[in-house]
Amino acid sequence: MNTTSVQSCSTAQDIRDQLRKIVKDHAGLSLPLDKIEDSTDLYRAGMSSQGSVVLMIAVEAQFGIEFPDAMLSRDVFRSIETIAGAIETIQREES
Amino acid sequence: MIPKLKPAGAELLEHPSFLQALSLASEHAADVDRNARFPAEAIAALRAAGAMSWLVPRELGGAGASLAEAARAVFELSRRCASTGMIFAMHQIQIGCIARHAAASPWFAQYLKRVAREQRLIASATSELGTGGDIRRSIAAIHPAPDAEPLLRFEKKATTISYGASADDLLTTVRRSPGSEPGDQVLVLTHLSQTQMQQTDPWDTLGMRGTCSPGFALQATFPPEQILPAPFATISAETMVPFSHILWSHVWLGLASEAFDRAQSFVRKQARQTPGATPPSALRLAELSVRMAQFRAMVESALEDYAGLTARGDRAALSTVGFAVRINNLKISASEAALEACLGALRVCGVAGYKNDGPFSIGRNLRDAHSAALMIANDRLYSTNASLLLVHREGK
Repeated sequence: MNTTSVQSCSTAQDIRDQLRKIVKDHAGLSLPLDKIEDSTDLYRAGMSSQGSVVLMIAVEAQFGIEFPDAMLSRDVFRSIETIAGAIETIQREES
Repeated sequence: MIPKLKPAGAELLEHPSFLQALSLASEHAADVDRNARFPAEAIAALRAAGAMSWLVPRELGGAGASLAEAARAVFELSRRCASTGMIFAMHQIQIGCIARHAAASPWFAQYLKRVAREQRLIASATSELGTGGDIRRSIAAIHPAPDAEPLLRFEKKATTISYGASADDLLTTVRRSPGSEPGDQVLVLTHLSQTQMQQTDPWDTLGMRGTCSPGFALQATFPPEQILPAPFATISAETMVPFSHILWSHVWLGLASEAFDRAQSFVRKQARQTPGATPPSALRLAELSVRMAQFRAMVESALEDYAGLTARGDRAALSTVGFAVRINNLKISASEAALEACLGALRVCGVAGYKNDGPFSIGRNLRDAHSAALMIANDRLYSTNASLLLVHREGK
């Protein structure tokens, strides 16, 4: 990705750090921030379907994007890594 | 016009033992209902037809039938005895979960062969005391069996297990381990010989009396191979929920069709009494036939959509928010349509429909139809969809 043409918040690491904070605040998990790895399976960590919907809304609000229906799936919202991948795909398509 | 589903699996559905199962379901429906007893005669005939393994792949000894064929059979059975149809539907749901998510495991491949050989009947224990009806959370967990490692063990208080006392095997949801979160569930298949089942309450309900679905306290000891390898979350989204909502809808369409058939016979009888004049009840029947056509179209299109996605191997599409909304809508809508159809048939038949005996009685259909809104409560599904619709955008 051409980093000079995107907002500073969109670097790969930034996206993941912002997501970690959103997951901590909205996914309804009891895990502390430093226990949420990029690859942590959020469903196995206790995220309910309800929790995943709240997470979806929070991610859309934070990044100013709308996920197409095909991306609103368990596989995409499984971990910080998979959510970041989807955000990057959307941002690439928009730029 | 009597509602007809598109023909599917004609050769299986014309098997003499299957036809016998239909006539036995019809013959014993009133007694099964009156005595709240398991429909043993029809289920024995279904076993003789090899129907317990219709959804098992051919290479494992089954018929390799499609969901459409199973659905058609469920509809035909339910048109005669909804309890028999529901038992058959529930068994096929369990087979679907195993065949679609565990057939690659050597233990489960052998197990499916056994189902085909022995025509085993599988019940399901997904409900649990203390979870408020949410089957996506478990309290019971898998533990190492004391003094019997590597065997494992679980104890579970299930609030309802349909035909639990008549099944050969049990498919149970439990947490993966004692430290797992409530939503981190797996499915375990245990044989009756590995499972102690203690019935915890009596079974005397308004309808669906032949499903014999009381609560049970379970205690099972089993080897680790009997845990389905896929997480229950995946099995639930891709198979258990869509299979359940589609096959249950066929049960409800079947019982509503039986009520419609009775209403139509009643109108014909009235017409014969006054040749040349159309009886007033014929208008009500005409209205009802519009509702039945809508009901049938909705059930058929949901089945076709799901069959299309699975035929393409589009597993990702099955776990999207959009598909979850759609399949929940089917359940809500079909359960409401079944009850409305039975009420409509009762209005057509009048007192003859209100009587518990006679050819125009709608009582059993109406009582059975009331269960539809309660099996996974519609209010729960409305509330799930209310939240899913906050993110779902139709057509994107």
